[in-house]
Parts: sequence; C-alpha cells; structure tokens
Amino acid sequence: MSKSVTDVICPFCGTLCDDLEVVVSDDGKKIEDIYNACAIGAEKFMHAQAAGRVTKPRMQQPDGSYKEVSYDEAVDFTARMFYKARKPLMYGWSSTSCEAQSIGHEIAEKSGAIVDNTATVCHGTTLIAVQDVGIPSCTLGEIKNRADRIIFWGCNPCHAHPRHQSRYSIFPRGYFTNKGHKNRKMIVVDPRDSDTAKMADYHFKVEQGRDYELLSALRVALRNEPLPETVAGIPREKIIEVAEVLKSGRFGIIFFGMGVTQSLSKNHNIDAAIMLTKDLNEFTKFSIMPMRGHYNVTGSGQVLGWQFGFPYAVDLSRGFARYNPGETTSNDLLRRDEVDAVFVLGSDPGAHFPISSVRKIAKLPSVCVDPHITPTSEISKLHVPVAFVGVEVGGNCYRMDNVPIDARKVVDPPEGVLTDVEFLTRVNTRLDQLIGGK
Amino acid sequence: METVTLTIKNQPTLYLEADTITPDNFSGKKASEIAALHAFEGRDQFTLGKYFEVSGEGGATAADTRIVVKGNVSRVKYIGMKMTAGEIVIEDNPDMYTGAWMQGGKLLVKGNVDAFAGIGMKGGEFVIEGNAGNYLGAAYRGDWRGMQGGVIRVKGNAGSDIGYFMNGGTIIVHGNTDVHVGTHMEGGKIIIKGNAPSKVGGQMVGGEIFVYGGIDVMMPGFKYVQDEDLEVDGENAKFSLFYGDTGERHPKRKGQIVYGKLHLRN
Amino acid sequence: MTEFLIKNGFVFDPTQGIKGDKADIAVKDGKIVKSSDISSKAKTIDASGKAVMAGAVEIHAHIAGPKVNEGRNYRPEDKLFTYTPKSAGKRMAGGFSIPTTFKTGYEYARMGYTTAIEAAMPPLFARHVHEEIKDTPIIDEGALPVFGNNWFVLEYLKNKEIENTAAYISWLLDVTKGFGVKVVNPGGTEAWGWGLNCLTIDDPVPYFDITPSEIVTGLIEANEYLGLPHSVHIHQNSLGNPGNYTVTLDTLKLAEKFKPKNKFGREQVLHSTHLQFHSYGGDNWGNFESKSKEVMDYVNTQKNVTVDTGCVTLDETTTMTADGPFEHHLTELNHLKWANVDVELETAAGIVPYVYSPDIKVCEIQWAIGLELALFAKDLMRCFITTDHPNAGPFIRYPRIIKWLMSAEARKERIDTFKHSAKMVEATHLAGIERELDLYEIAMMTRAGPAKALGMSSIYGGLKPGMDADVVVYDFNPQKPHKPDDIEKAFSRAAYVMKTGVPVVIDGEVVNNGNKRTLWVHAKVNENPQVMRDIKDKFLRYYSVTQANYDVSKHFVPNPYVIEVDAT
Ligand code: SF4
Ligand SMILES: [Zn+2]
Repeated sequence: MSKSVTDVICPFCGTLCDDLEVVVSDDGKKIEDIYNACAIGAEKFMHAQAAGRVTKPRMQQPDGSYKEVSYDEAVDFTARMFYKARKPLMYGWSSTSCEAQSIGHEIAEKSGAIVDNTATVCHGTTLIAVQDVGIPSCTLGEIKNRADRIIFWGCNPCHAHPRHQSRYSIFPRGYFTNKGHKNRKMIVVDPRDSDTAKMADYHFKVEQGRDYELLSALRVALRNEPLPETVAGIPREKIIEVAEVLKSGRFGIIFFGMGVTQSLSKNHNIDAAIMLTKDLNEFTKFSIMPMRGHYNVTGSGQVLGWQFGFPYAVDLSRGFARYNPGETTSNDLLRRDEVDAVFVLGSDPGAHFPISSVRKIAKLPSVCVDPHITPTSEISKLHVPVAFVGVEVGGNCYRMDNVPIDARKVVDPPEGVLTDVEFLTRVNTRLDQLIGGK
Repeated sequence: METVTLTIKNQPTLYLEADTITPDNFSGKKASEIAALHAFEGRDQFTLGKYFEVSGEGGATAADTRIVVKGNVSRVKYIGMKMTAGEIVIEDNPDMYTGAWMQGGKLLVKGNVDAFAGIGMKGGEFVIEGNAGNYLGAAYRGDWRGMQGGVIRVKGNAGSDIGYFMNGGTIIVHGNTDVHVGTHMEGGKIIIKGNAPSKVGGQMVGGEIFVYGGIDVMMPGFKYVQDEDLEVDGENAKFSLFYGDTGERHPKRKGQIVYGKLHLRN
Repeated sequence: MTEFLIKNGFVFDPTQGIKGDKADIAVKDGKIVKSSDISSKAKTIDASGKAVMAGAVEIHAHIAGPKVNEGRNYRPEDKLFTYTPKSAGKRMAGGFSIPTTFKTGYEYARMGYTTAIEAAMPPLFARHVHEEIKDTPIIDEGALPVFGNNWFVLEYLKNKEIENTAAYISWLLDVTKGFGVKVVNPGGTEAWGWGLNCLTIDDPVPYFDITPSEIVTGLIEANEYLGLPHSVHIHQNSLGNPGNYTVTLDTLKLAEKFKPKNKFGREQVLHSTHLQFHSYGGDNWGNFESKSKEVMDYVNTQKNVTVDTGCVTLDETTTMTADGPFEHHLTELNHLKWANVDVELETAAGIVPYVYSPDIKVCEIQWAIGLELALFAKDLMRCFITTDHPNAGPFIRYPRIIKWLMSAEARKERIDTFKHSAKMVEATHLAGIERELDLYEIAMMTRAGPAKALGMSSIYGGLKPGMDADVVVYDFNPQKPHKPDDIEKAFSRAAYVMKTGVPVVIDGEVVNNGNKRTLWVHAKVNENPQVMRDIKDKFLRYYSVTQANYDVSKHFVPNPYVIEVDAT
C-alpha cells in the first residue's frame, strides 16, 4: 500500500508550486510517483532518491581524495573553521529553509562572517534597483485575477519556470479574467527566439546590452516626447505602439529575469523597468516582479532583512551589519582576497561562479553542506551531506512574490543523515564552546 | 600646519579598515596617540600603530593637520572618511572608500583609487592623479542624496556609475569614463574631457553633464536644443546643448519644464 | 519561585486610581500580588525617588511583516552609521526608522513597553508576520489581520450577512493566529487593485456594490456579535488629505448606533487609529489647517470610540500602510522610492520614505495636530500615544512626545525654532494650549487605556494583584523640579523593567530576552458549512496557494497566549 501526500511544495524554482501530489511507499521511505509537477520539479524529487547518495561527511585528504568522517568530526571541523577565521564567507542559503538560514545567521554574528545568497549572481541587481527606486508589485494571484497585459523581459518561463504561465500569468481564469489568455496581451523582450517569445503578441528582439535604452524609450513614449528612429534595434513606431498597448490595459505586469538583470547596465535596467511601471500607474494599474530562480532565495533575503536590514551581501565582520554590493558580494570578496574561509550551504557556486572565484574557494578552508556531491563539494575541504529540504524535511520558504509557504516533508531522509537545521545547530553549539574556551 | 606621516610597515593579510585616518581624528594628538587609534582587520580590532610607522603630530585643529600616507596602501580602505578639514596626501594607490562622505579639506591621491571614492561627498577638494574606480562621487546604496558639494578631479580615467544620484558639487574627469554617468542626477556638474561610451545622463532630472569626447550611443531621451559657446573648467569651447532625460519626471518653473542639460563639445 | 518587591516608588496606576502615592509592588511567579503574599526572601528593588508604572502597551505600530521588512530591505541608508554592535547575550541591532526585529524588542523594552500590537497583518503573509514576531525579543505581541478590503467580507456584507462575516473572521483569526479586526481604507484598497480609491464613506467599491460605510458598520456588528477582546480598529478613508476631517467625523458617527458586547471590559466599538492623519482642514496644502478641535469635540462626547494620536516626530522616516492608494499619492508628491504590494483577495500595502522637516509648514502643522488631539482629549483612557510607527515617526520618539505633552515650555521652544512658526501658529491651536499632562495621565494614555481598549485589562496596563508582573521604574521624581528634557531622558531608558516577573532591563540596558508570547484570539462560532464551502471555493478558484498551505502552523507561534471567545 502506498500513500499520497497532497499540497506538497516543489523545492525547485521560485514559482514554488504548492499543489503537488506525491505518492510514497508505505514505510514512508520511497517516492513512487509525482503528480502536478513540471518535468524539472519531478526530477528534483526523483534526484533526492537517486542511488549512491552520500550519507556520511567526507573530509578531503592531502592527496585530494575524500575520506568518510563522523558528523561529530564534521561539526568540530566546521566550528573550528569559524572560530579561526577572521572574515569567513557564508554563501548560498537559497535552497534551504528559513529556519536553517536563521541559525546560520547566529553563527555568522559570532564569527564576523559575510552572509551572501545566490542573488549575488542573479537578482542582486534587482535588489539594488529596488533600494534606489522602490518596486510596485503584487502577489501572483493578482495577476491571475486581474492582469490583461503581461510582459516577459529577459526571461524564458517556458524553460526556467515551467508552470508559471499556467498557474499565474497567461492561462488561468480568475475573478476578473474569466476569458483566460484570450484577454491577455503578451509582450516578450528577448534578443533570442525563445519558446516564450514564440507565444507573444509582440516580440522585441532588443539589441544585446541595450535594454536600458529601450526601457527609457518606452518612458519617453509615454510622455509623448520625441524619439530617435530606432532604439536598441526597435523602430520608433513599434515602441510607441507597445506603449499604447500597455497604457490601454486594465492591469499590467512586467516579469523579468536574468537576461536583463545580468546584462550591461544591470541594476539600471531594473531601475528603468521599475520607473516605467511607476509611470504606467498614471494611466492604469501596473506591477513588476522578478522571476526569482532558486525556490527560497527570496526567503534568505527576508530573514536577512528582519535580522540585519539588508537582503544579501551582509557583512557582519565589524560586529554590526554593513552592505555594499561591489564590495561585500561574494565574487568581489573572492576576487579581492577579502575572506579567509568559505562555508557553502544551499547552493553550488562551484557550478555557477566564475572559474577564478572557484579557484579561490579551492585554496581556502572550506565546508560544503549539500545533499549531493556537487562541483562545490568536490573542491571543499569538507562535504557534509544533509537531508533534502522540501522532500525529506520541511521548513518555511518564500515564493518569488514574497508569499511564505511552509514546505512539507514527504519521505524520511536516509538513515543517520542530519538536516541543515540539525547540523547548523550543532555547529553553533560547538562554536559557543570554542568561544567559551572549551 | 602640523604634518603627520604614516608609513606602512606591515601589510594586512585581509584588508585594513582605517577610517580613523583623518585630520579630525589626528588633530591634537601625539604620534603615540595616533598609533593607538583603532583599525580593523576582519573581525579583529587592532591599532594603526600595528600597520603604520607614525611620525610627527597633529595640529591643534583638523584644519591645522596634514597627513601624508606613504607606501603600498592598496589594501587599506576608508582613508579620509568623513574628513571635514585639513589635508591628506596619499602617495600610492589606496583601496575603496577613499574620501567617502568627505565634508571638507583637501585630499590628494597621487596614484589610483578603487571603487566608492568620494561617495556621499558634501564638500572639500579631492584630487586623484591616477585613475578612479566605479561609483566615484556616487550615493550610498538606496540614498537619493548622492554627492552634495565639493570638487572631485580625476586626472586619469574613471569607472562606471560616477555621480550616481548626484545633487551638487562638481566631478571632473580628464580621461575617459565607463558607462552610466550621472544616472538619476538632480544637480551639480560632471565634466568628462575624454569619451563616455553610453548610458550618459540616464534618468537625469537636473544638473549638467559636459562631454568633450564622444558618446557611442546616446540615451533616447535627449533632445537637441542649440549650440552654445561656454567657458568650462577655465577653457572656452563650443558645445551642443541637449535636454533630458525626457523619459524622466522634471520639475516645472514658471510653467516651463526644467530639464537636465547635456553639453557635447562640437 | 521568584519573588520581588519594588519598594518605595511613586506609583501611577489608573486601574487602581493611584496617583503618585508611595507604594510597594510585590511580584510572585510572574504576577503582581499583595505585599503580604511574598516571603522575606523576595528580591528588593529600591524605587525610591522614582516613578513606577505598569509596562506600557503599544496599540498600533508596524513592526513585523512583509511591508515592514520590505521597508528595511529597501532602505540600506536607514542603517548607515546607526548600527549598535552585538554584545553579550544581545544580537546586533540596526535601523533608525525601521529597526530590525531584535532592535525593535530591545528598544521597546528599554522605554518600558512590554506589549505591542502589529497593526496590519495581510492574512496571506501571516506566516511571515509570525516569523518576525518570533524573532522580536522580550515584548508580547499580537497582530491584527486586515479585513476591510477582503473579498469574503465585501461579498458577505453586500448582502448584510453578519453571521457569515463573523464565522469568516473567526476562521481567519484562527488560521492566521490573529488578534482582532483591522480595517484599512475600507473599500479604497480594493479599488486600488484598479488604480482607484474610495475617498468618502459613500464611494462605491468598484465591482463589489458596497460602500466603505457599509463595510465599517458590518464589521462592527460582526465584531460585537463575536464579542472579541478588541473592537474594530480602523484606519479611515482619505488619510492624509486636506479637508479629510469631515470623512473622519462621518466614520466615527457610524459607531453611534452600536454598543460594546464582550466579556473583556472593553467599552468602545471602534478604535480610530493615527487620528492626526485624519484631522485636516483646508482644501489644499496652501490653506491646510488643524481640525483637531472639531474631531476631539466629537470624540469627547462618544464613549464608544477610542483613538490614538499618530504624532509626527519631525524625523526622516518611512511611511508604510495597507492604504495602497495613499502611498501612491505620496510618492507623486515627494518623488521618493515607492514600493507597493497588492495582495490577492485581501489587501495591499505601500511604502515611501518621508522627511518630516521642521522647515516645512505642512510638517509643522502635522506635528501640532498630533499633540493637540491629546491635549484636547477629556478622557485619556480613550486617547493613546502613538506615532503610527514608523509612519509619523519612529516609536523610539515616544519619550519626546511625552515631553511635549507634559511641558508647554518644551512645545514653545519647538514652535519658536520652526521656520514657519507664525504660519503654523495661525493654522493650529497648539500655541494657545496651556495644558500639561501629568504622569497619571501619561499612564492612562500608554498603559491602562490601550490595555482596556484591547480587551486585555485583566493582565496588562495596571499593577493590581493578579495582573501580569509587567513593571517599569523610571528615574523621574515627580516631586522634584525638572527640566523638560529630564522627562525625555527618563522615559527613553527605564531604570528597571520587569516583563511577566522577569527583569529584562536594568539601568536602561537589556539584561534578559524575557519569555515573549504571541497573543491571538480563538473565537468559537457555530459550525457554518456555507462559509467553509465559500472558503474552499475561493482557494480553488482565486488564490494562488492551496487552502492547506494557508494555515500558520503551531511552530511559528512557539509561545502562544490564546484568548478564548465563545460566540456559539
Ligand atoms: S514550475 Fe518550478 S516550482 Fe513549479 S513544479 Fe516546476 S520546478 Fe517546481
Ligand atoms: Zn498604521
């Protein structure tokens, strides 16, 4: 007999679908089937179950090989690293629960660490823009119930957030949108012919690195000021036409992704997109929302926010919190040799950071906490396997629109494997002992 | 005027935060007292004396105090932070936040400065003989009150985001800059004697930008007004005047919209 | 067994009518007891020459939740150069107008506040609110979910279905672990879903065929039907607009036909919050003037209304409210960064920084209005000090407000240094008001009054035996001559604060993180299958989360204090 767990949260992308149904074996140990998830979401659950999973911490040996050690040894090694370091970097936090983040922050305070999350390589620029000009936004249900103008700028939800369009943005019929996608105009801005772009009513193939100019041109058009013949490769008439389309809607939304947060102008692109949204509110109702990637990168920003007041790149080294991307961001810290130890949990910088930064991590004392062997674990001095958050242990997460959803546990972790919270709690306790001279 | 000379003798292994190096902190102090001022490396608090040989003594007031910093200070941040008067001469290349939130006095860097030099500057004279990094004379994150006053002169090139959210004062760059000059500028003056590739004056509300060299891609929200003969930084030249950013909000004065001004040298 | 005796202080306790008499306060196991009930082993705290009061109760502040946190995260400049480093047993604490959760707890405690109500909880974000409450040390906290633009409420009240509204309120309080019924810009925030607003109580709400006045009366009726500890708590329509005092009076009059019905000793049916923002005359910013007198003349006659002031503190601060259209209006005025969140089926919120400058006439007038409301109040058990933190200023300025209320000299000094003092004096009453409040009246406004209005007077707001041992000692001798600034100093850093019997502050410094509780109300109603069906249906069709994932589960509220209400 197998049993079914409903209303399961998918711990993969920022869409944070919460309607999955997972069939598990009677003993609660094995996932047998998954309903409602997209292919990537389902794969995430299945991956948790993959054979050959590591269940013991592993310490790097002088010859580069790894040797199994006990969790006690792993806890001690990690706590000692924090105790010795004068400015450790604690990176990741996007694929774990808010509860784990919170304990991580206690350790960070005690060790004078810098806490940074994956926003540093994706939507950190968005956060900077929000700090500069604010952000008019809404929850995803508002889009479903009201929106009739949808822009996807520099993002490709068909691939990166597969259920976004069916759950929230394009297809659903809501309270004031009972015609579903038929009453929605879809505009895609992307230099590529992405699958999302193929569905659009308007596709702007913006010149690489000229999003800022195009956004600015839309604002100029809204003010009926003169425009050059083409901007960013788009003819003036088209820009004016789309500006009219946006104005004439009842409720619009700009969704944007890494194509515009990490291209030339970075935070300024988002700044201009936010200001365009603000301008549109003089004509109709308009919102804007980042398509956050990791399922709980938003949560990391929230917990950092209420505990320290900044959403990422938080430098606690002086005993108080400071923040300045360009200085306190992980890749800048690594590039400039500002940190003397690296702790990674809930992300894989070995796969996502520039190779120069990865080399720096490899040279420093380092601990990687991850359910699996990853490129990061392969260069870390210690790899600590843990339970899969959202599959083997629950915990609070924040969706891309900041809505908090409590992830569920569906199966037990492998025998003896600690959760993030358990491991961090033990490190924190051990660190207290070391600080207390024990 | 009394002179205090700091000569670096021990390099920090991480970076040194030396926001105590200002005439304000040194005035009225003997060398030994200056050497006892705090400096931070990571989470540890040390003293300036651990890193610098200190000679001379501070004047009676900040205004009577001159500081000369010698040696490789490329791992030293915050020199001259919040200084209000007096003088600092840095003979080499200091790291980030040099002259940050400076309010007065004179700061001369004979080499290059890294990012965030002169951010939030309110007054004083800041000369960089080499190059400047990003965010020169910019606002601190989230603040809509960027540089308010004073003069920054860079003899070499500058990075991106100079004069971000600038409200007042003057920035002069003799060489070239990177992208984003005077973004969100509401007042003050930026003079670039070389080239500025693109994104010049984006979201500019007020203030003036002068570019002597070329701009590869103009922002779409700038409209040509007229040619003018102007005296800029002591030289006369002919400029084309543009109003912008027309995509941005602008105040009105006597029923007329007041734009930011972009002057391109003919 | 922990026993304390706080000896020889000048006690101010409106719940017992003690007006500065020398008395001892005995404490045993977290409660106030008679002096005869403690043993000789009780620890003695010498309060001689000092003022002793109950722990203060904050009735309206924005201190936890999504918009507060967005305010923190989007204002790094609010923390620049103002951070307090960590110290033994204490977390690092930062932020001026929007402090971190740790700083929030520490700063309230240091001023002698031991309980606070978070004034606007968007139900969909309740879990977030509770996560922050959990991380706010020392003070007891409750949170008010917002109801005034909620689709269930709009639909039920359109058909005057009070029982269904009550059943829905009971359900929502339960799943969000909420404390009471908050209403923000009734109807106007739903209209904001389309970029519109409701500026009077008779403006129809687009598509919902109901008016603000019907929403407010319906919610009062449902609230009294349930007999909740607190009354409907309203942020009225047309906040912040010149001439809005007529809307304010119209709304207050809606309460006339209702009588309080509850077992908590609460006497009002409507709490009207941050009245300062609603007491404006004139019809533009040029002829903007105070209508505090008109408003308070009415409030003084109406026993079933309570108010809080929303005093402007003349600081740079961050405005944040579920009044979405207002924040949009504000950003159009000051052009500062604007954040907004519309919350599906429920509410919205906006945030804009604001600088209340003593050099701007309007700000000077706003400052005067806030103080006038308190000084015109006849019954200070019904008028409470707030700054609508952080909207009119940060809560850390309460001691300064107390100074202004207690000293005409301090007020005069402030007025004289305004840039437009003559114009300000002309547009307000303040310069002509001689009244100086005394410590007993301050205790009413900050302790006994708000505790009673919240329906919590059995444990908070007084020093009667049986009440929670929330005791504060201020280094202020009411019998000695003092300068106005001595008042501010004494109230800023309490000499001694005890929270439910645990000493948490000594000599102005936090010494213990206490044992904070989360207050929430469990209101039992008869089974109501229709409402349960409606809820299920709305989740299936309109919400973006499933109903099963909406509940705030127990572990988010680790130390609850549940108030039981039986409305079956
Ligand atoms: S869209 Fe994202 S959250 Fe939803 S099932 Fe797919 S991967 Fe999971
Ligand atoms: Zn409020």
